[in-house]
Amino acid sequence: MANLMSSPRFWSIHDLHQAFEKKSLSPVELTQECLKEAKKSQLGAFITLCEKKALKQAQAAQSRLSKDGRVPREEMPLFGIPIGIKDLLTTDGVRTTCASKMLENYVPPYTATAVQRLEAAGAVIVGKTNLDEFGMGSSNENSAFGPVSHPTHPGWVAGGSSGGSAAAVRAGLCTLALGTDTGGSIRLPASYCGVVGIKPTYGRISRYGLVAYASSLDQIGPFAQRVEDAAIAIDVMSGRDPLDSTSSNRPKTHCASSVFNFANSTGSTASDWSKVRIGIPKEYFVGGLAPDVEKAIQGAIAWFTKKGAKIVSVSLPHTQYAVSVYYVVAVSEASSNLARFDGVRFGARPMEAEQASDLTAYYKSTRSLFGAEVKRRIILGTFALSSGYQDAFYKRARQVRRKVKEDFDQAFQKVDLIISPVSPSTAFKMGEKKNDPLKMYLNDVYTIPANLSGLPAMSLPCGKDHEGLPIGMHLIAAPFQEEFLLSVARAFQVEMT
Amino acid sequence: MYREFETVIGLEVHCQLATQTKIFCGCPSKMSDGRSVAHIEVNSNTCPICAGHPGTLPVMNEKVVQYAVMAGLATHCQIRPESILARKNYFYPDLPKGYQISQYEQPICESGWLDIRTSQGEKRIRIHRIHMEEDAGKSIHRSGFSVVNLNRAGVPLIEIVSEPDIRSPEEAGAYLRSLHGLVTHLGICDGNMEEGNFRCDVNISVRTLDEAKAGRFGTRAEIKNVNSFRFVEKAIEYEIHRQVGLIRSGGKVVQETRSYDSAKNVTLSLRTKEEAQDYRYFPDPDLIPIQLNSQWIEQIRSALPELPEQLKNRLMSDWGLSLYDADAIISSKALFQFFEKVMQQSGLQITGAGPGESGREFAKPVANWLTGEVSRLLNEEGIEIDQSNLTPEHLADLVTLIQKQILSSTGAKQVLSIIWKTGEQVETVVEREGLKQVSEAGALSELISKTLAAFPNQVSEYRAGKEKLLGFFVGKVMKESGGKANPALLNELFKKALSEENS
Repeated sequence: MANLMSSPRFWSIHDLHQAFEKKSLSPVELTQECLKEAKKSQLGAFITLCEKKALKQAQAAQSRLSKDGRVPREEMPLFGIPIGIKDLLTTDGVRTTCASKMLENYVPPYTATAVQRLEAAGAVIVGKTNLDEFGMGSSNENSAFGPVSHPTHPGWVAGGSSGGSAAAVRAGLCTLALGTDTGGSIRLPASYCGVVGIKPTYGRISRYGLVAYASSLDQIGPFAQRVEDAAIAIDVMSGRDPLDSTSSNRPKTHCASSVFNFANSTGSTASDWSKVRIGIPKEYFVGGLAPDVEKAIQGAIAWFTKKGAKIVSVSLPHTQYAVSVYYVVAVSEASSNLARFDGVRFGARPMEAEQASDLTAYYKSTRSLFGAEVKRRIILGTFALSSGYQDAFYKRARQVRRKVKEDFDQAFQKVDLIISPVSPSTAFKMGEKKNDPLKMYLNDVYTIPANLSGLPAMSLPCGKDHEGLPIGMHLIAAPFQEEFLLSVARAFQVEMT
Repeated sequence: MYREFETVIGLEVHCQLATQTKIFCGCPSKMSDGRSVAHIEVNSNTCPICAGHPGTLPVMNEKVVQYAVMAGLATHCQIRPESILARKNYFYPDLPKGYQISQYEQPICESGWLDIRTSQGEKRIRIHRIHMEEDAGKSIHRSGFSVVNLNRAGVPLIEIVSEPDIRSPEEAGAYLRSLHGLVTHLGICDGNMEEGNFRCDVNISVRTLDEAKAGRFGTRAEIKNVNSFRFVEKAIEYEIHRQVGLIRSGGKVVQETRSYDSAKNVTLSLRTKEEAQDYRYFPDPDLIPIQLNSQWIEQIRSALPELPEQLKNRLMSDWGLSLYDADAIISSKALFQFFEKVMQQSGLQITGAGPGESGREFAKPVANWLTGEVSRLLNEEGIEIDQSNLTPEHLADLVTLIQKQILSSTGAKQVLSIIWKTGEQVETVVEREGLKQVSEAGALSELISKTLAAFPNQVSEYRAGKEKLLGFFVGKVMKESGGKANPALLNELFKKALSEENS
C-alpha cells in the first residue's frame, strides 16, 4: 500500500517498530508528535489527554529499547504504539467521563481488562477519546464535551458513538484507537471517517471495565488505518477473562499471523479465493441507499468476483425488524445499567443529602444531569420492561432477535462472508438529523443485525462519494471467524486502496 | 383465637449464606475471626464490583449454588437443572447498582416441604421455592438524612418461600425453628438472628370459614424483617387481632407492608401496595444460566450431613430419648453436638444391635438436664451453649455422680449454678461445698436409730398403720444431715427398721 502519509503518525506498526530499531525514530518522539497534534486539533476527538502518563510509558519503552537493542515484538506486539481509548472504558487514575456531565470528574479505581492487556503489550495511552454520551448515538453530537468533527470535512459529523476514536486515527493523532460497538458504534464512524473499524464476535474481548450500555450487545474493538494493525490489537485483547462471565472460553485469536493469508497473490500462502463464498443479502439492496454508496459496494463485490470468489444471493427475511428489536432490547438493558448513576457513591452530586427535601428531590438533582438522548432511551427502556408491557415489548423483541440470528445461521451454511453497505449514506452535516431521533436510528439498519446475532463484523474503506466523503464496506463473518474476516479484508485493502 | 376466622400465613425467610466471599465478587462475606461484616469499619469491605462502579460485572460464586442446592435437597425440593439470575430493578441508596441480582422466573429449587410438630400434632408445610440473591447495603436513618454502609452489599442470601399453609403463631414458630435448625445443621447459615443472618417476612391474612371452603383468600399484609421467633409469634398474634377487628367493624384489610415494633408489641404500616414497586424483572445479561447436571447434584446429596430429622430418629432409637427430648436437643446444632460429646465422655457405647442399657440410662438424665435446667440458664442469658462455661465434661461428671448416688439432684443443681459462673471442675465444687450425699447405709444407721429412739410415739403410730409418717422420719434425718442424706435410701432403711419387731 502506498504510504501517502509521511508523518510517522500514519505509519504501520511494522514500520514503526523497524524505525525504532533503526533508531530513525524513538518511542518518545512518536508520542510527543501525537500529543502535539492532538493539542492543536480542532476536531474535538479527545476529552482527556494523558500527557504525563503517555510520556512516562513512552520513556519506559525507550529505556527498554536502549537496553535490549530490539523491539520485543512477541512479548509486546504494541511496543511504543500510541493509542486512544474511548472514554467509555475505565482507566485507573485517569478521568473517565463517558461524555456525560454525570461523570465529569469521575476517576475510576480500576482499569478495563482490554486496556490493561494493551498496556501490558506496550501500548502508550495518548488519551481518552470523545463519544456520544454513554455510547448512545450515531453522530457523536450527543457529547457533553462538544461534538466530534469529521477529520477531513469540517462541519460534517464523524459518526458515532465512537466518533472521537475514528477521527483520531484518521487524523493521525494516534496509530490505533479503541471503540465500542452496540448497534454499529465502531463500524459507522469508521465508514464515515474512512478508517478500518472492527467489532469482534460477542464474547471475544472482555467487557470488564466497559461502562455498560446494552450488556448483551456491547463489544470493544479497534480502529486503525490498516487491517493488519487492527489484527494485532484484537489478538492482544482477546481471550477469556474470569471477571467477565460472558467472555468466551476460546483461545486468543491469531489474526496477526493469518491476516496475510489472502493477500499474497504471488501465492506463498495463498488461501484459495475459489473456496470463498460471499453472500449478498437481497433485502439490503432496496431503496434508501445513496447511489454513490451502492456503486462503491457493487464495485467491491465485482473485485471479489474477479478474484474468483463465488457470489451467492442470500435472504435475511427478519432484517426489517432488526432496528425495532434493537431499540427495544438495547434501551431496556440500558435503563437498568444506568440505574447505578445516582450520585450516592461516585459521580456528580449537585445536591447534598441534607439539602434535599426527600429522596425524590435528591435523585432528581443527579438524574437530570443526563443528556436528552440518554434520558430518551432510559424512559423507553423502562417502559418496555414495565409490568403490563414487558411481554409485548421486551420479551417479544428477544424472541424476534433469535429469528434475526437464525437468518444468519442459515445464511452461513451457504456462505463464508456477507457483504453490505455499512450505512445507507455517507457522513451528514452536523445538526442535520439531530431533531429527528428516528431518522438518526435508521443509520444503523445495516450494522445492527450483527450485534443482535453476536457476529464479527467490520467496516473497510472502499471508496469516496462525489463530495469526497469516505464510504465503508460492511463485512460480516460467522461466529469467531475473525482470522478469516481480517485476512479477506486485508487482501482487498492492499489492492484497492 | 377467633372461631369464625381462619388465619392464613406464608413465611419468607432470608438466610445469609456462610460462604467465604460475597456472591458476585471476592470480598469476604464474613471476617476471618468470625465477626460479621456489619461490625467492621464502615464501608471498608467493598470493591468496585459490590459498590456498583461503572463497567464492573458480577461473577457467580459456585459455593452459593452449592449451598442453595443443599438447602433444596434437605427440604425435598426439585432442583432445576437450569436456572437463571434476574435483575430486580428499584432505586434505593443502599442498592449500589440500582438493581438487585436475584432469581425470578426460574429459581434454583421448587416444590419442597418441611414437617413440623406442634401441640396439635404433625403437619407438613410446603415450600414454594428457594432462590439465590445478593444482600443490599445497610441504611441507617439519622435526623434529616440517612447514611449507607455497603459492607454487607453482595453478601449471598437464599430466600426460602413457604406456601400459605401456616395457620397459627405456634405453627409459624415451629416452622421457623425447624428451618433454622436445618440450615444451621447443614452449615450453610450461621443462624444468628441478632446479626441478621436469618430474617423473616410474614405474609398474613384472615378469612371466614365460608371463604376458606370456597378457596378464597383474604387481603394480606406483609410484616417485614422480624428477627426473632418470639417476635414472629407475637407479631402474628397482634396482626390477627388487628385484621379481625378491622373486618368486624366493617372495615377492609389493606394490602400493605408493615413492620413489627417489639417494644409496643404492635405492627405499623410502612407503605401501602398502591405505591408498590414494579421491579421490571428480566434475566441478567451479564450472567450465564446456571446449569447443573444430575451427577453433581447427587454428589451434593451424598455429602449432606445428617439432617435434623435423621438425628432425631437416631437419638430416639439409639439412646431411647423421648420425642420431646430429641426434638429439643436437635433444635440447636450446638446443643446436639454438646449432647453427643457428653455421651462420648461417658464412654458408654451403643453396642451391637441396640444401645447397652446403661447407655440409655445415662442418656435420659443428660437429656433432662440439657432440656431443663441448662436450657433455662441459656435462655436467661440469651446465649448458645458453646458460649457458656459449661463443658460436656461437666455434665458427664454431674450425671455420673448422681447415678452413683454421690450427689442428690438438689445438690447437683447447686453445683451447676456454681460451675455456670466459674467453670470449675465438678469434683472441686462438690468437695469445697461439702455436697457429697451420704449414701452408705452404715453411715445413716446411727441417725436412723437416733431418730427412732427420739420419737417413740410416732414409731407406734406408724406400726399401727399410719404409714405416711415415713416422710416425717425421713424429713427429720434430712434436716439433721443438712440435706446430705440420700432420701431414697432413707426411705428404704426406715421401712426396714420400722418393720422389725425390735427397734
